[in-house]
Amino acid sequence: MLARLGHRLLAGFAVVLGVVTLTFLLLHAAPGDPVDILLGPTATAEQLAAQRRALGLDEPLPRQFARWVGRSARGDWGTSIATGQPVAVMLGNAWPATARLVVLSLILSYLIGLAVGALQAARSGSRLDTLLSVASVTLFGIPGYWLGLMLVLVFTYWARLLPAFGIAGLDSDYLQGTSLLVDRLRHLALPLVTLTLIGIGGAARFVRGAMLETLSQPFITTAWAKGLTARRVVGRHALRNALTPVVILLGLSLPALFSGAVFVETVFAWPGVGRVLVEAVKARDYPVVMAATAVSAALVVAGNVLADVLAAWLDPRVRSGEAAQ
Amino acid sequence: MTRPWLLRDRRGAFGFLILSVFVACAIAAPLVTNGEPTVQRDIVATRFVPPLSRDVNGVFHPIGTDRFGRDVWTRLVYGARVSMGVGVLAVLVAVILGVVVGALAGYWRGPLSVTLLALTDFALALPRVVLLLLLAALWQPSTLLVVAVLGLTGWMGIARLVHGEVRSLAARPFVEGAVAVGARRLRILARHILPNALTPVIVAAALGVGNAIVLEAGLSYLGLGVQAPTPSWGNMITSGSDTLVNAPWVAIAPGVALVLVVVACTLLGDALRDVLDPNVRS
Repeated sequence: MLARLGHRLLAGFAVVLGVVTLTFLLLHAAPGDPVDILLGPTATAEQLAAQRRALGLDEPLPRQFARWVGRSARGDWGTSIATGQPVAVMLGNAWPATARLVVLSLILSYLIGLAVGALQAARSGSRLDTLLSVASVTLFGIPGYWLGLMLVLVFTYWARLLPAFGIAGLDSDYLQGTSLLVDRLRHLALPLVTLTLIGIGGAARFVRGAMLETLSQPFITTAWAKGLTARRVVGRHALRNALTPVVILLGLSLPALFSGAVFVETVFAWPGVGRVLVEAVKARDYPVVMAATAVSAALVVAGNVLADVLAAWLDPRVRSGEAAQ
Repeated sequence: MTRPWLLRDRRGAFGFLILSVFVACAIAAPLVTNGEPTVQRDIVATRFVPPLSRDVNGVFHPIGTDRFGRDVWTRLVYGARVSMGVGVLAVLVAVILGVVVGALAGYWRGPLSVTLLALTDFALALPRVVLLLLLAALWQPSTLLVVAVLGLTGWMGIARLVHGEVRSLAARPFVEGAVAVGARRLRILARHILPNALTPVIVAAALGVGNAIVLEAGLSYLGLGVQAPTPSWGNMITSGSDTLVNAPWVAIAPGVALVLVVVACTLLGDALRDVLDPNVRS
């Protein structure tokens, strides 16, 4: 198991390095550079050249890349070209906001998705099952940014209940205790609901499939034959065994949720990593794009490894390598 | 042969119906609309006309007009051409790439297979949205670029499917028979193996079209996809989001169309999977 984990981590490291190299090449192969955007169209050729020299952009590409790798290996992500802030500080400030959003919506959408999917499988073929299937397919198909806009339209513009933008109100510096918490929660509500609703669609669809497959197994027939109640058969026998693929999907959906967050953060002006990335890409802010890409690639790898570890923990067959065959 | 089965399945029938309506409208765009998705007349007099009403010139607008006085229904139908076209073409690129890579890796063992599989795994681990953002932002955004980018980042799942199918088919007796009668390898692959391996590809493609349409709209929403004034559902949602308060229909209409098409693709894919899989049918 440990050897396998080590192997996976090594492969993951190679992937992150590959992504970073690819990003570097793409950034430099594309026409235009951050200096053009920084200095604007009125800058003279001398000004552009001086700025490029100051940022080290006139050096050969391999040397620039080697310098970036060397620095970031020592924990120095460099300084943003567009904002002048250290990249580590920018990402450090943005990271908690994204984590709060993604982790909470991951938990909520899987809990609800699990309940909905299990209910559907238990009542398979009923009118309720059809209704919930239609609902989950629809949620699965809705683009996050559009759902976000619609929620803003209903809850902010029409009902005037919830704020649509940002992570805190303008007066949040003067709030304390409960009112501060309420302010934060009110700002969290719409982005969280948007991400969660979309997550529920996928989770419920998947859980329903996994549950139906488990419910058709012989050991379930045995459980019924023993005269166990429906609650025990579905809840204890089927759900537990259907959980393995669901947990694996949970690990794999971490990066997907992060991508979803990129769009949702843009809609709600949520100051997270996704928004930092979008802004940086538009401004050709090389150091920020490189760092944010490295982080998101690491997240993909972490999700894969996490899924692997969780599967081994839940299923003894995976641990002993049987299921791998 | 598959059609009666497909239409007997309620999901399949529904998906097929919705997609037929959208495709028919998109093809017949000049006939069912005013045929001018980008023309702006007297902007101040004709902008923000609510749905189901007439503007000052007496022209009827079924879903109103946007902030430039353009008919939203017309833009929606012409946007369907762009959005659905991009979705289908992107999946076509992904399918061709995926089938070629998967078939080669599945049928020719050895270094080629190992290299191709490693490449697939690597591409699968790439953060797709980040890559899309990069590619779309760094070059001049255009419809063709969006197709290429979506296709180049979407082939891996199909390659894996085809690889698995080809490997298991290559060991079947009918393939051994073809080898025994002396057929060339390429011919065996193209005539005997691939036609039998395409079932899961069709299902994946149906699901992929919906996904590609959503991603195209997402890129256009961020301003990195299909560029105005060419209407696509994504950039229509963007321009509608600026006028959400006084003209919500501009953003609602393309979103509803998008959801309908994606749901139809998903249902069709689900139905196809059940219909084409003989184990489920019998």
